[in-house]
Amino acid sequence: MARLRALLPNIILASGAFVVLLPFYWMFLTSIRSPAEIFDVSLWPIPKVFDAGENYARAANQVPMARFMLNGVIVCLGILIVQVLTAVPAAYALAKLKFPGRKLLLTLVIAALCVPIQALALPLFVGLAKLELLNSYFAMMAPFFLSVFAIFLFHQSFRSYPDEIIEAARMDGFSEMEICWGLVLRGSLPSLAAFSVFSVVAHWNDLYWPMIVVTDINLAPPPLGMLFFSDVESGANYGALMAGAAIITAPMLVCFLLARRHFIAGITMTGVK
Amino acid sequence: MTVALDMDVPADVTRTRRSTTERRMMWRAFLFVAPACLLLAAIYIIPILVLAVFSVTDYQLGALSTRFIGFDNFTHAFSDAVFLRSLKNTVIYAVIVIPLGVFLALGVALLVYNRKRSRAFWEAAYFLPVTATLVAMATVWQFLLHPSIGPVNAAIKWFGFEPVSFLSNPVLLIPTMAMIGVWQVLGFNMVLFLAGLTAIPKDLYEAARLDGAKSPIDRFLTVTWPMLGPTTLFVVVTTSISAFKVFETVAVLTKGRFGSETLLFDLYLEGFEYSNTGYAAALTLIFLVIILILSIGQTVHLDRKVHY
Repeated sequence: MARLRALLPNIILASGAFVVLLPFYWMFLTSIRSPAEIFDVSLWPIPKVFDAGENYARAANQVPMARFMLNGVIVCLGILIVQVLTAVPAAYALAKLKFPGRKLLLTLVIAALCVPIQALALPLFVGLAKLELLNSYFAMMAPFFLSVFAIFLFHQSFRSYPDEIIEAARMDGFSEMEICWGLVLRGSLPSLAAFSVFSVVAHWNDLYWPMIVVTDINLAPPPLGMLFFSDVESGANYGALMAGAAIITAPMLVCFLLARRHFIAGITMTGVK
Repeated sequence: MTVALDMDVPADVTRTRRSTTERRMMWRAFLFVAPACLLLAAIYIIPILVLAVFSVTDYQLGALSTRFIGFDNFTHAFSDAVFLRSLKNTVIYAVIVIPLGVFLALGVALLVYNRKRSRAFWEAAYFLPVTATLVAMATVWQFLLHPSIGPVNAAIKWFGFEPVSFLSNPVLLIPTMAMIGVWQVLGFNMVLFLAGLTAIPKDLYEAARLDGAKSPIDRFLTVTWPMLGPTTLFVVVTTSISAFKVFETVAVLTKGRFGSETLLFDLYLEGFEYSNTGYAAALTLIFLVIILILSIGQTVHLDRKVHY
């Protein structure tokens, strides 16, 4: 009885985890099964005919899957680099320099934290349409060039950097830029890592904004590409469809399993998903 | 250092010297915040003003003329059957996702917290859906829930029940999407609760035990639950915000068919498919007000951490 009581939490957790992990398992299993086994609903892990090659090849050839992945990488990196370049100096000034309007700016930043991109999408879309910038990498990245969340996060982290070191560095002739990037940011590398994870995961998985500004399939990032692909396949070939889904989810899943701590820290730092 | 300076030179010289350094620092600070300020204006402030202007016009992207129509868009919204349905659907979705997403996550967190060796494993397992691309995973769910070839219905049939058409019976569409929503948010909330649990001082449990809280349920009610109050509030707020932003599952599973539009999907259709820019702007403002009301709790939480 006592034994059972000790085991009970594990049994409950295991049955919950079974449901949580089932879609991943089913996705992978179907992606290596032959289409003939489509009516086989057993969860037995070894397919009768091993068709991974064909399924993955079909997913890669039916739609420009490699191109989707490349687009995802370009968009995520582009966004992240500009976000860091604009947020770090602003956060440094807010945390360590005195200037009029500082409180106002900080208030605006916190207010902007509450405004989701979906609320800004319409005017931004009209603006980009007027400038004839739709269907471009720029259009996909531009609304995210400023991350108020990054400013907020770095501001919190920079504030704890000792003022004495900054004063001493100024005496030694360091420029403000050198102090900001070389000293203060270096003291906040965990925040930078966590923010990078947060930003890349958010934009790799984002569907709403790319769906609005991109109609050219060659510019589609992975989620939009997946949507195109499921429309093309629409139930015809589940093996290939699941192979496509596996290709698109794999980068984030692999990174998560490799750097679990950083991922959990990065994604849960905020409720602003 | 400053004291020595003050003794050597007259006070007014010091003041001017100090104010020149201060002024130089001030300009440097302006330079540092300039890119962020410009982007803040271009991405947040101007678009919100433009949105407000659009919402009182009948503007359609590409139209030649535009009229001021006052609050007609807003009054129209509340007699628009599709919008009201999308609002109702979103509320139903939220009513399912919030309690299940919060309390299941709390349960999982309580169980995971007491595992010693296996904790990392369970944490990773439950967190996996949070990192996965929802569009791809919704496609997988579509397959899992398929009436004839999906394993979920195969299991239901095996138990001797009629197969359930999760994704074609209009009554079940929103609850099905809500279940996928719970599946996705569970690990996220679990991690927030685990952080909350770690912050509870151990001696509180000891004190509660001495005070007669013998069973784990008593200890949960006297210590854990009250101490988790702020965490729970935060989790409820973030879960409700993400519930009101549900979009991907609709885009993949139904594309709004069978009356399954949610708030954001209706907004997407009006604004970007039908180009009813003015009307969509009014809907966006309604959406924004809902999100801001839900965010108040979150801002209070953030505000406690920030010191001006």
